[in-house]
Amino acid sequence: MTRHFDLELKDLKSLLLKMGGYVEKSIEQASLLVIRREPWRFREVQASEIEINLLNKEVDHLCFCLLAKQAPVAKDLRFILAVVKINVDLERMGDQAVNIGYAGVDYVRRPMINITQEMSDMTERVRLMVRDSLDALVNRDVELSRLILERDEIVDQYKARLLDYLQDLMVHDRTLVESALDLIMIARNMERLADHATNIAEEVIFLATGEDVRHKGARLKEVNGG
Amino acid sequence: MELIAVKNLSAWFGEFQALKNISLVAERHEVVALIGPSGCGKSTFVRCLNRLHEEVPGGHLQGEVWLDGQNIYAPGVDPVNVRRGVGMVFQKPNPFPGMSIFENVSVGLRLAGISKRAVLAEKVEQALRQAVLWDEVKDVLKRPGTSLSGGQQQRLCIARALAVEPPVILMDEPTSALDPISTAKIEELIQELKERVTVVIVTHNMQQAARISDRTAFFLLGELVEYGKTDQVFTQPQDERTERYITGRFG
Amino acid sequence: MFERISLRRRLVNQLMLGLLFAGAILAAVPFFFISWYVLQKGLGALSVEFFTQTPVGPGQQGGGMANAIVGSSIMLTLASLLGIPWGMAAGIYLSEYGRGKTAQTLRFAVDLLTSVPSIVVGIFIYGVIVIHFGFSAYAGGAALAVIMIPIVARSTEEILKLTPQHIREAGLGLGLPRWRVILRIVLPGSRAALLTGVMLALARVAGETAPLLFTALGNQFFSHSLSEPTSSLPVQIYNFAKSGYPDMEAMAWGGALVLVLFVFIINLVTRALMGMRWN
Repeated sequence: MTRHFDLELKDLKSLLLKMGGYVEKSIEQASLLVIRREPWRFREVQASEIEINLLNKEVDHLCFCLLAKQAPVAKDLRFILAVVKINVDLERMGDQAVNIGYAGVDYVRRPMINITQEMSDMTERVRLMVRDSLDALVNRDVELSRLILERDEIVDQYKARLLDYLQDLMVHDRTLVESALDLIMIARNMERLADHATNIAEEVIFLATGEDVRHKGARLKEVNGG
Repeated sequence: MELIAVKNLSAWFGEFQALKNISLVAERHEVVALIGPSGCGKSTFVRCLNRLHEEVPGGHLQGEVWLDGQNIYAPGVDPVNVRRGVGMVFQKPNPFPGMSIFENVSVGLRLAGISKRAVLAEKVEQALRQAVLWDEVKDVLKRPGTSLSGGQQQRLCIARALAVEPPVILMDEPTSALDPISTAKIEELIQELKERVTVVIVTHNMQQAARISDRTAFFLLGELVEYGKTDQVFTQPQDERTERYITGRFG
Repeated sequence: MFERISLRRRLVNQLMLGLLFAGAILAAVPFFFISWYVLQKGLGALSVEFFTQTPVGPGQQGGGMANAIVGSSIMLTLASLLGIPWGMAAGIYLSEYGRGKTAQTLRFAVDLLTSVPSIVVGIFIYGVIVIHFGFSAYAGGAALAVIMIPIVARSTEEILKLTPQHIREAGLGLGLPRWRVILRIVLPGSRAALLTGVMLALARVAGETAPLLFTALGNQFFSHSLSEPTSSLPVQIYNFAKSGYPDMEAMAWGGALVLVLFVFIINLVTRALMGMRWN
């Protein structure tokens, strides 16, 4: 016998995936804006954000009602708690895509810096991480989630390299300072997007196994990288 | 138009007033849950919806109950006819003793004048399927209804109520005598029934009301304190008393 | 410490259990004694003739109690035809509709009737029927019926009250009128128990002597019609037993044995029915 509750959970999941779809689209548009220098894409980013915010509230409300009415336990409880957190992540991701959009629009008006390849590699990686994190959520795929955690490191390295390069550039060519600052802002936000995708992956691991993998090795990272 | 419309209903047991001026409407294809502490009048309320209240010694009432556009308390309305159009499921599973599973489900049909064996068989199967019992009993239809397990008996009673295809089914704490698994089955069943009928269910179990209903009515001391969407009643009740009750801070 | 208290308690328990068991044994002793006595005395009188022939005069060999057996059967049938439906109707009323003062009074009257001595019932029927129409099987049957009615009524009422209220409500809820709920659901549901009650009432009146003395009187031969004096086992036993002739006394023992066996069989059947009820 299928539970009626399962249908509601399925609804919740599909809402979340719809939201994820908008986030993905938003990131894609924002990065194309930067890479191809196409400022009109900002409107797409903003349109997605409106949808994301609406869905954010809807998912929140549904979780709220399900928690109140179904008193979920075990797997159901983990799922809803995970959804509540992922919902926050996705909403923040929407905001970050908008941030990238704003910076991108500024950057497009300024002299170009020739790091297109690096930038597009990084954004592509981030976009894939976001997509994979949502896939992992759908399939409760622990393996994929663990891979995402590893891939976060690589994105961090990209960001570090870009920042080093741009700092250097600003010292040597003062005409490019503003452009470089825009790109730093963009890289920062990209890196944050990857962090949120990582959060989602962590939630998926929690959801599937009950294991809390957050903040493991965080101190080590601080010592080495900070 | 709403399927059930109760207007200014008051009910008494002799001198004792069990319901005080209740008004409430329910739409088609909804599950309406009635919650509240023991003795709050919720059971009396459902029993007013099929004129069963008046069968209790000293039971009498005032007000109107409109069912499908007809006031069932209008002068000249035969309570027996009213009851044929409203199914009822009770707290304890109560298949009729001495009757087979088949007979239990077909009683109402025979009463409605259906006597052709083939038609009866078809309708009985349909009702048992709707009550998600068919697969378990299809080979033992001749066995006494009382030979089934408690949960099965309750589903048999639901099938018995469904057989005559009433637009409304009343349930008076239908799972309070059942184990958790049987309870879960009945709860799922109720949500499936919604596609065909309106279910008005009395429950002691607040979580059950929350899980399965679309609307929730909170009764207290014979008064309808709050009635609204279940989502809302269980997340943001409007009345302080409802809040206290559903959060377990009552009394 | 604990040990000693528990030992004392165990002894007291044993003692009480022993007393109760002795009580139970003593209660059952008369039954075995009576059975043994009747069997011993009566078995010798039983023969084919006993069941096929009418009594012969004192001092003569042979003869039987066929007329008494037939007479008893007839009057029990008459009593059942009258008393069972009447008693059940009363019981149904008291159980299903019996509320308020009228019903209270009726219930009390039925209770009183149960405890009216059976000889008084006999005199009553004598005054009402026999004076006008003479001794007959009808009058005998009527007297037995009057004794049966309150027994059947009260057992019916008690049995129907055992049917849970929610079963009736389920019937009402389905749109059955009250009388159909009773007829189609409540009565069939307690079929076996009702039959049990009826059987016990029958067993109770089967041995009644006093009410038949003034109503059916007795008959040395087969009766030709129901409006003639009719023989019955208890009356025949009574007459033979006080006759003073050893032959007749022996016949009386035989009759007593048949009567005991009859009641015994009814009880066995009842038990079987009770068993059915739980299945």
